Amino acid sequence: MIPALGLIIGVVVGVLLHPDVPTWLQAYLPIAIIAALDAVFGAVRAVLDGIFDDKVFVVSFLSNVVVASLIVFLGDQLGVGTQLSTGVVVVLGLRIFSNVAAIRRHLFHA
Amino acid sequence: MTGPDEHPGIPDPTRREPADRLASEPVQSTTRAEHHEPAVQDVAAAGTEATPVETRTEGWSRLARMGRPRLTKANLLATVLAVALGFGVMTQVQQQHTTGLASMSQADLIALLDSVNARSGKLNTEIDTLTRLRDSLKTGGDAAALKAAQDRLTTLQILAGTIPVQGPGITMTITDPQKSVASSNILDAVEELRDAGAEAIQIGPVRVVASTWFALSDQNTLIVDGTTLKPPYVVKAIGDSHTMSTAMAIPGGVVESLRQLGSTATITSANVIQVTALRASSQPRYAQPDKAAG
Repeated sequence: MIPALGLIIGVVVGVLLHPDVPTWLQAYLPIAIIAALDAVFGAVRAVLDGIFDDKVFVVSFLSNVVVASLIVFLGDQLGVGTQLSTGVVVVLGLRIFSNVAAIRRHLFHA
Repeated sequence: MTGPDEHPGIPDPTRREPADRLASEPVQSTTRAEHHEPAVQDVAAAGTEATPVETRTEGWSRLARMGRPRLTKANLLATVLAVALGFGVMTQVQQQHTTGLASMSQADLIALLDSVNARSGKLNTEIDTLTRLRDSLKTGGDAAALKAAQDRLTTLQILAGTIPVQGPGITMTITDPQKSVASSNILDAVEELRDAGAEAIQIGPVRVVASTWFALSDQNTLIVDGTTLKPPYVVKAIGDSHTMSTAMAIPGGVVESLRQLGSTATITSANVIQVTALRASSQPRYAQPDKAAG
């Protein structure tokens, strides 16, 4: 409940402040967001599985973000940044989909 | 591997697949090593069909139970992360809206450049065409423009029936011995003639134009545009005479339906038909050109 409120607060603050993304962060922010979303959906699924743990959520959230950004950074250094970003997005998207499917089965049995 | 012994009481067939371990992030193993708690956070069990082990409302109640405000450090931390996520999402969304070319990839930029170049080429060609047209209008004196305007005027005059015209066409003579021809029959004939490509039509002494109307008088004779006619009615039409006479003679068409009314319609084609009846042009009182729409 509190984290959900936090999400809304974050959205509102983002809308109000209208911040500029620094150039060096521009390539990583979208990937980091996708990775964080993956962690969030994974957490909801863990809640429904009855195995949620706050600490694990925090750590997996951060590590997801860091690892995803690292992969993109590495890709940029190797000159395959765009392709690698696409790959990361595909993988994370697949995971989000499967997590959402599990959540759906838990909540709607469908 | 996470086994049922780690999660007593939670039989869950949706996870525990070797593929999960490959897809899950590295932090998982370390976390699990540190805690002997159930620690599988994100499960990437793609394609596993879960048999629901809970009742219909259990999932929701579990969600509600976990959603209860708890003031633990980890929950607070999660909240901070959620705030950061929401902030990040909105930042990125707005960034996406505001930045134009800067955030596009090289391939996209090249494609964009190509399309812009192609478009500019097309526009240049158009400029050339228009420039040439303008030059010809300028140097050709006003002759070209005058000719275009004259052609347009003639077309409009023929349509409005303000000048006499001649050309190939047909003459249809309709007798009405029983006074049985209705105005709708004549209207049908006119419509059929127009459909067959008639460019100018005259009935008796009256030119048929866009606003022409047909009615019957008290003596069951035809009134066209206020002029009472006497049978036989003579319809002259200029156009392709073969097409028009065929159109009149089709089964169930004008000639046949007139015959059923006891009238006879005779059609003669001629190379030169003169449509000499005129119609005074009048200024429309109510309809005005809509400059905004035009």
